[in-house]
Amino acid sequence: MESVIGLEVHAELLTRSKIFCGCSAGFGAPPNTNVCPVCLGMPGVLPVLNRRVVEFAIRAGLATGCAVAPSSIFARKNYFYPDIPKGYQISQYELPICAGGHIDVVTEAGTKRVGLTRIHMEEDTGKNVHDAHVADSLVDFNRSGVPLLEIVSEPDLRTPGEAGAYLRTLRSILQYLEVCDGNMEEGSFRCDANVSVRPRGQKELGTKVEIKNMNSFRAVERALVYEIARQEQAIADGERIVQETRLWDADREETRSMRSKESAHDYRYFPDPDLLPLAVEPAWIAEIRRTMPELPAERRARLEREHGLSAYDADVLTQRKDVADYFEAGVRAGAPAKDMANWTMTEILRMVRDEKLDEALVIRTWPIGPTQLAKLIRLVTTGVVNRNTAKGLLPKLRGTELDPQELVRREGLAQVSDRAALEAAVRDVIARCPDQVAQIRAGKEKVMGFLVGQVMKATGGKANAQMVQDLLRAALAQSS
Amino acid sequence: MSALHDLSLRDAAMRVRRREVSAVELTRAILERIAATEPQVGAYLTVCGDEALAAAAAIDRRLAAGEDVGRLAGVPVALKDIICTAGVRTTAGSRILERFVPPYDATVTARLREAGAVIVGKLNCDEFAMGSSTENSGLGTTRNPWDGTRVPGGSSGGSAAAVAARSCFGALGTDTGGSIRLPAAYCSVVGLKPTYGRVSRYGVMAYASSLDQVGPLARDVADTAVLFDAIAGHDPRDSTSSPRPSRALAGSLEGGVRGLRLGMPREYFVEGMQPDVERAVREAVRVLEGAGASVESVSLPHSEYAIATYYLVATAEASSNLARYDGVRYGLRVANPGSSVGEMYAETRAAGFGAEVKRRIMLGTYALSAGYYDAYYLKALQVRTLIAQDFTKALAGCDALVAPIAPTTAFRLGEKTADPLTMYLSDIFTISVNLAGLPGMSIPCGFDGDGLPVGLQLIGKPFDEATLLRVAAAYEGSTDWHQRGPRL
Ligand SMILES: [Zn+2]
Repeated sequence: MESVIGLEVHAELLTRSKIFCGCSAGFGAPPNTNVCPVCLGMPGVLPVLNRRVVEFAIRAGLATGCAVAPSSIFARKNYFYPDIPKGYQISQYELPICAGGHIDVVTEAGTKRVGLTRIHMEEDTGKNVHDAHVADSLVDFNRSGVPLLEIVSEPDLRTPGEAGAYLRTLRSILQYLEVCDGNMEEGSFRCDANVSVRPRGQKELGTKVEIKNMNSFRAVERALVYEIARQEQAIADGERIVQETRLWDADREETRSMRSKESAHDYRYFPDPDLLPLAVEPAWIAEIRRTMPELPAERRARLEREHGLSAYDADVLTQRKDVADYFEAGVRAGAPAKDMANWTMTEILRMVRDEKLDEALVIRTWPIGPTQLAKLIRLVTTGVVNRNTAKGLLPKLRGTELDPQELVRREGLAQVSDRAALEAAVRDVIARCPDQVAQIRAGKEKVMGFLVGQVMKATGGKANAQMVQDLLRAALAQSS
Repeated sequence: MSALHDLSLRDAAMRVRRREVSAVELTRAILERIAATEPQVGAYLTVCGDEALAAAAAIDRRLAAGEDVGRLAGVPVALKDIICTAGVRTTAGSRILERFVPPYDATVTARLREAGAVIVGKLNCDEFAMGSSTENSGLGTTRNPWDGTRVPGGSSGGSAAAVAARSCFGALGTDTGGSIRLPAAYCSVVGLKPTYGRVSRYGVMAYASSLDQVGPLARDVADTAVLFDAIAGHDPRDSTSSPRPSRALAGSLEGGVRGLRLGMPREYFVEGMQPDVERAVREAVRVLEGAGASVESVSLPHSEYAIATYYLVATAEASSNLARYDGVRYGLRVANPGSSVGEMYAETRAAGFGAEVKRRIMLGTYALSAGYYDAYYLKALQVRTLIAQDFTKALAGCDALVAPIAPTTAFRLGEKTADPLTMYLSDIFTISVNLAGLPGMSIPCGFDGDGLPVGLQLIGKPFDEATLLRVAAAYEGSTDWHQRGPRL
């Protein structure tokens, strides 16, 4: 059997204001504070399209090879729900702004081209709040009218792994375009999946099932794995797959059917008479094309070329724009590229991950600035501190604007490179550890590390590690 | 000197500006007139006397300080209660919004205020502007000032009745299928439905967004022009409002009709028309000819499809526009909202909407449903294009069209409420103009044997309200129908 997967992504746009009114589209304000009569759908009010949203949609379209429609229309999607204030959601249905593009996804099996059916603009809904302490349900309309792009792929994906890679690539592109922060947990990058299975070689698609409610990349992949297995099992058992919408339950690690009543919608789409057809002039597209930022694939190639990075390093560093920006800022501040790459990938990304900061788009909010890190690296490469000491300094630099050199001076952490002092320490350790010395002489090279550690300990961790190594070897060679 | 409330809007404004009469005095006079006529007419749903007097006092203070307070300085006007007024309840004639107080002014409201007008109250209408008699109001009955047993027309029935009753100097209504022109004709006042896009719809509760247009009703053509000038023009808050600048028309009504070519649509003089109505309209056309216009017969061949087209387009849009009245955020919520959100919607809407609104929501929902969309809504849009093309062709050879407003004069209260289809035929001569987005006007042109007013319709090219007003002014100059008022 083979599975066929298509993804629908809703990306919340990083515009300052909402799609049809001037309210702030910012996240995290107290309930119902970013609202006005328009986004509350009060009687008589009318939508006015935010030009910036169109620009973002065009940017996304150009970055993915879509054709931008010279004329597109907005439609009303009619349904009742407490969080949609007008009783309809303004979206694009027929004639979306972008169609027919693709995304190249790097998978284990090589690069795969995934088709995009369409990219269209729509408004977000509010949010129902069910508070256990209050008898009634409440609604927060801050998100109502926040602009979204819906990006619909062709059913070109075949495995959960491909789906995950597609999502990461798409998110990366949107982040590079600075149109979406890509935060799945906060819901600014949401995904629904359509999945069906069929015998390998069969042309026709199987009956598709839609899966909703997945709020991490992991959840998408887990949900697909589960759902594909479920469908294959059902077919093996001679059952028929029902076309339906299923929800991913992350706690129980399974998909389950939504009541059919909820999924059987007739949205009664029709062109919104309050909004004129949207005409996009070729000159505007040309202007946006001129100001398009470098995209992840281009940047990856450039980092390899300009900084001599390995393909792997370049890939890790360019998956997120802010990481790549960070790396390049450090190089500009004087850090050797390879060292900056290593420190960024190991120490900084670990810190970011451990502190769950990985969704911050803006480089300023990073725990340690790229210039600080570059200076720290310079202290290592010029022998002022050793690598371990430098690592130990990271937490002290975190969230400060301290100059690493200043910190080293203040804490007395400068590396001991005094030959006489180190020789004394080496002699002392050799004298104290006859067993280990004997083992080394018997060919157990690994024990060398123990002796180095002893010297470091004796010097409070500040010894120049390379010198300690050299001195130890010299001393052992002499006394043998 | 006649009573203050008998002045024209222009005279009243001039006297306030010259400080011969204060805005407060003028407002008091209108409030007294309202008190005197309302028992018979019932045009107002809300009279905001305190707010009006405060606004008038502010105008007087600014005048005393030598400020320019605008063309409508101190003149009491009233608004169809579908036009939002900040702080004053706006109901759309519906029980579902009986206590709704908008926190914002419609753009037209704001523009009237900027021009110095004093808003004295909100006028009755068919619920959400759906109707031709104002009998569909959930909140009150308005009677025709000429005959209390008759309807004032609709849906802007309160607006026309109040202007006819001299209980305001002018009013705003909305016209989706004839809702300004029909009541203007039934009540013998002037009503102008501007070109679609000429006046902002922001803050005007939507019935059918692609057809609705706000316009003025007044006692004569020049007053109508003054009100039109105050409200017309681009509004960045309404994407469908035209960006082209609106030129002031109040000063350019002279010029007459000599040399103008007027078309008479054959299809608008049908059998079954009340003979008095046809006679009055044909006589009016002769008057225009006498004044120098040439009149020829033109054809609007798709007219017979107008009613069906209108009821598909308008109800489809209405079914969507009225979805927001769901009891969640404002307006009515029934005391026992049931145990689920779905029941709460159903109970609230069942209790809050009247029969005609429900009928149209159901029609529109059906027309947009999967499987029917192509056969009904899409087809209606295609026919709408044909209807618009009819006008383009007819107007290519003429400056304006002249036609009747309605086949009959005002009918009796209750006479047609049991038969919605008969009621829908009241709008047969006005609906096409909305489908084509053109400007249309109704001016008084006589009375039938029962003393009920007849209206003459003028239809113009897009954004050419100027010609309509000019023809209307010329006609008005040759007749005195507009000077007659009802005995109240
Ligand atoms: Zn808003």
